Amino acid sequence: MSTLPSTQSTESPATGTARVKRGMAEQLKGGVIMDVVDAEQAKIAEDAGAVAVMALERVPADIRKDGGVARMSDPDMIEEIIGAVSIPVMAKSRIGHFVEAQVLQSLGVDYIDESEVLTPADEVNHSDKFAFTTPFVCGATNLGEALRRIAEGAAMIRSKGEAGTGNVVEAVRHLRQIKNEIARLRGYDNNELYAAAKDLRAPYELVKEVAELGRLPVVLFSAGGVATPADAALMRQLGAEGVFVGSGIFKSGDPAKRAAAIVKATTFYDDPKVIADASRNLGEAMVGINCDTLPEAERYANRGW
Amino acid sequence: MTDTPVIGVLALQGDVREHLIALASADAVARPVRRPEELAEVDGLVIPGGESTTMSKLAVLFGMMEPLRARVAAGMPVYGTCAGMILLADEILDPSPSSPSRSSGGYPISGQETVGGIDMIVRRNAFGRQNESFEAAVEVDGVPGGSVEGVFIRAPWVESVGAAVDVIATHGGHIVAVRQGNALATSFHPELTGDHRVHALFVDMVRAVGRLDPGRISRVRIDSGDAKEKADVRPL
Repeated sequence: MSTLPSTQSTESPATGTARVKRGMAEQLKGGVIMDVVDAEQAKIAEDAGAVAVMALERVPADIRKDGGVARMSDPDMIEEIIGAVSIPVMAKSRIGHFVEAQVLQSLGVDYIDESEVLTPADEVNHSDKFAFTTPFVCGATNLGEALRRIAEGAAMIRSKGEAGTGNVVEAVRHLRQIKNEIARLRGYDNNELYAAAKDLRAPYELVKEVAELGRLPVVLFSAGGVATPADAALMRQLGAEGVFVGSGIFKSGDPAKRAAAIVKATTFYDDPKVIADASRNLGEAMVGINCDTLPEAERYANRGW
Repeated sequence: MTDTPVIGVLALQGDVREHLIALASADAVARPVRRPEELAEVDGLVIPGGESTTMSKLAVLFGMMEPLRARVAAGMPVYGTCAGMILLADEILDPSPSSPSRSSGGYPISGQETVGGIDMIVRRNAFGRQNESFEAAVEVDGVPGGSVEGVFIRAPWVESVGAAVDVIATHGGHIVAVRQGNALATSFHPELTGDHRVHALFVDMVRAVGRLDPGRISRVRIDSGDAKEKADVRPL
């Protein structure tokens, strides 16, 4: 068991430390984080039992439909959502767009999602997340990607999935990939970990830490394609510590009911009876997209590196 | 060991695993509790950090709120951290417009249900939003060996307490830890630090009350029965 050295001093309280950033994500575990585009949706999410909301201009399904460049949301909209709910509010910046992230921090959001769902602003560099007091969550499709984001300062990771499709297949693929790579590291001896770090293109210290812990050193959620209570429970049983639900709720027939049902199934993810009850009479699910018909350029998971 | 107390961690949502590990390190048998029948089997209960609104809703929804109130009223030792402190408050307030959590406007009224048990008024997110979350050393009465590392995350503080409540820690002039009889609450998260002295204090409180029904405990069980979890403390 290892612990990060405390950066506190007895005189002045320390903000923005790794402990308070990662610790914030620990408080979200077992919960559902919901995409919302206005204060009314944020209230519905809070009433349904969401642990946090993600404020964004358009849900991923609409970003797909509308096309064009997807950017950080209007500060007015974000502040309106912050004012409407008492649960934490997250918001998205474009990959590498550290000025959008600065703006989000100044607005007082509780977490910044440097997200592939928005159009990347930099095709080489992600934002330096250590430069912020506000913690970051980032997407990953595999272990190396997750560790590179953590090396840049991410305090929480979500497997990417394929946002806005209502199809859980990519979420399953990415979470399984991360879990499998971690399991493999567990079996390596010290000699092999150096080569593993090279293959993963990740810092050796982080690779060694993951090998020892058998998990990421930060909280791991799942995202991108969860549309039903059973989808959420599936991701939990596969090892996600919580789920992000984007288009799946507010693109469905009865958002309030579906949101509450997904929360229930996330808490009792290992109890099929509860999941069955939660799945009854939810009305129309979002239509969904078959991921194998998505052109390469429309695969958000390929963004980020 | 028949005198090893069995302590549950309310596992509806939040940093459950960290509490299970801290309790196991403090020589208790720790197990997650999500159902009334699981609550009936523990000698004491930790209400973890998390989102208090979510936990409260899930407790009502899954029939846990009344059993929780009944056990706490009957004197079961209980310890709440952060969201857990909010749930143990007899009364809660939302952050005031003047608190650093809001630069403008008022705050919505939560109307959230609590378990109660401690005669105190707790203000949610009183220290601010995540950007104001902080670490500071805190002296806690009853915890030997010097100050503990207080990790405050969107933390509440205690606005006022009744006569039966002992204030055991303050920070910046605000009450951040209290004890009333068998109930303990902290605004901060000892479970995130690897220092288990506050949990040891709570385990002692449970031990002092005694085992519910010695002999019914099978074995140590950590989170979903996964024994591997025991060794895995996430570094923070």
